[in-house]
Amino acid sequence: MGLKEFIEKSFKKSPWVLHYNCSSCNGCDIEILACMTPLYDMERFGMVNVGNPKHADILVVTGTVNTKNKEVLKNIYDQMPDPKVVVAVGVCAATGGVFREAYNVLGGIDKVIPVDVYVPGCPAKPEAIIDGLYKAAEILKEKYEKMGKAEEVLK
Amino acid sequence: MIRMSEKSTIPFGPQHPVLPEPIHLKLIIEDEKVVEAYPAFGFVHRGLEMLVKKKDFNQMVYVVDHICGICSAMHGQAYCQAVEELIGIDVPERAKYLRVIWAELHRIHSHLLWFGLLADAFGFENLFMLSWRIREKIMDILEATAGNRVIISVNVVGGVRRDIDSEQARWLLDELKEVEKSIKELDKIMRNNYTIKQRTVGIGVLTKEEAYMLGTVGPVLRGSGVPIDMRTTGYAAYKDLDFEPIVEKDGDTYARTIVRVREMFQSIDLVRQAISKIPEGELNVKIKPNLPAGEAISRVEQPRGEVFYYIKSNGGKYLDRLRIRTPTFANLASLLHMLPGSTLADVPVLVLTIDPCISCTER
Repeated sequence: MGLKEFIEKSFKKSPWVLHYNCSSCNGCDIEILACMTPLYDMERFGMVNVGNPKHADILVVTGTVNTKNKEVLKNIYDQMPDPKVVVAVGVCAATGGVFREAYNVLGGIDKVIPVDVYVPGCPAKPEAIIDGLYKAAEILKEKYEKMGKAEEVLK
Repeated sequence: MIRMSEKSTIPFGPQHPVLPEPIHLKLIIEDEKVVEAYPAFGFVHRGLEMLVKKKDFNQMVYVVDHICGICSAMHGQAYCQAVEELIGIDVPERAKYLRVIWAELHRIHSHLLWFGLLADAFGFENLFMLSWRIREKIMDILEATAGNRVIISVNVVGGVRRDIDSEQARWLLDELKEVEKSIKELDKIMRNNYTIKQRTVGIGVLTKEEAYMLGTVGPVLRGSGVPIDMRTTGYAAYKDLDFEPIVEKDGDTYARTIVRVREMFQSIDLVRQAISKIPEGELNVKIKPNLPAGEAISRVEQPRGEVFYYIKSNGGKYLDRLRIRTPTFANLASLLHMLPGSTLADVPVLVLTIDPCISCTER
């Protein structure tokens, strides 16, 4: 296996996940953490939770966007290298949920960054989160292949 | 060349691997020592207290449940108790006992969650996995009895929404027996492990006077030797149950850890007592659609300490004002007292020692 194939394979098979709590109620966050623990064990899909945006392929966001953290969310998204996939976990991340009418809430995170996968639930169950992340990994694969084609065209 | 002993600023957060929540601290560092720490807030602020203008007092139960996903049952309980006091109704005895059972189950799962995060903060990942595996049993109990894993939303004004029948209670006690066995193992690890002692003994010491003067609540206060526990005021069914506040003298992170681990055993005991004493009867009482004018308060002991609810009504369906004082808000002053003088490596441990819940604090 050449170096290029090796990088391609490990990229598709082992996406790294970054989690950001964007004014959520902690419900979805502790379910995402529960996904990493022995009962649900997200790591069997090669997914590891990392703390650095520059190492991450998938951004998992919980909670709604408010006026202060929209800059932070944008910043984290911009720091991630391409190709990247965004997963919105919970109804708050999708639409604003129960907080939609509160004065400091702008709505779902798709007002700030593009979202690829929405995981429903209040809070989303670990099974649903793992399903969403698995879908995200497939989208990541597609994006990676498209990027490769674009590079070939540019040559 | 960089001169040593020059002050530099290090931002801690808002996105930080040690805590799933966005806490931001501006740390002024001299060599490896923290000299000053400034917190910044507002990353999780949603403005939930203002929602009382848009949702009526029954819908607000669901909103206050979403202040924090970890201790949601206690937020609902505190709010419902305040509204019940305002209306002047008496909740059925069975509902009071059921509230105690769910609240204590929440306390166990919250302390296990915190214990795992603390272990993760000083790099003991095995222990993190172990304590979260034990926690899954509690989540199963919550899902079986209340229908959801995290935000169970069982409280309504006037009582509770769901019942635990005798068959379920028997199963619950069997599960708790296994949980108790696992927590005993956790307790043994905590008392004998060299790594845990190295990272927690003597870290973040608060004397009895300091803890009291800084207004800390919950395990932080009890870890410093002050026996204050809101459950002793006897709300819900606690007046009929037999327990003592758990107190440790040393006032460091290790003492707080011991307090929390002992509280898990206490909570298991309280659930058992509540199930053995629970009377038959109604689950909730009917309430009128309109509130009387007036104001009321309610104080509930959450896993992190005392939560204080104040409500004011001018009559009608909607409340006029809701004010919540959360335990983490009370404990933040002690965090800022402990940080100066500590090393940078201890900052994650110190942040976790007060068990911060930012979404409670900023609402």
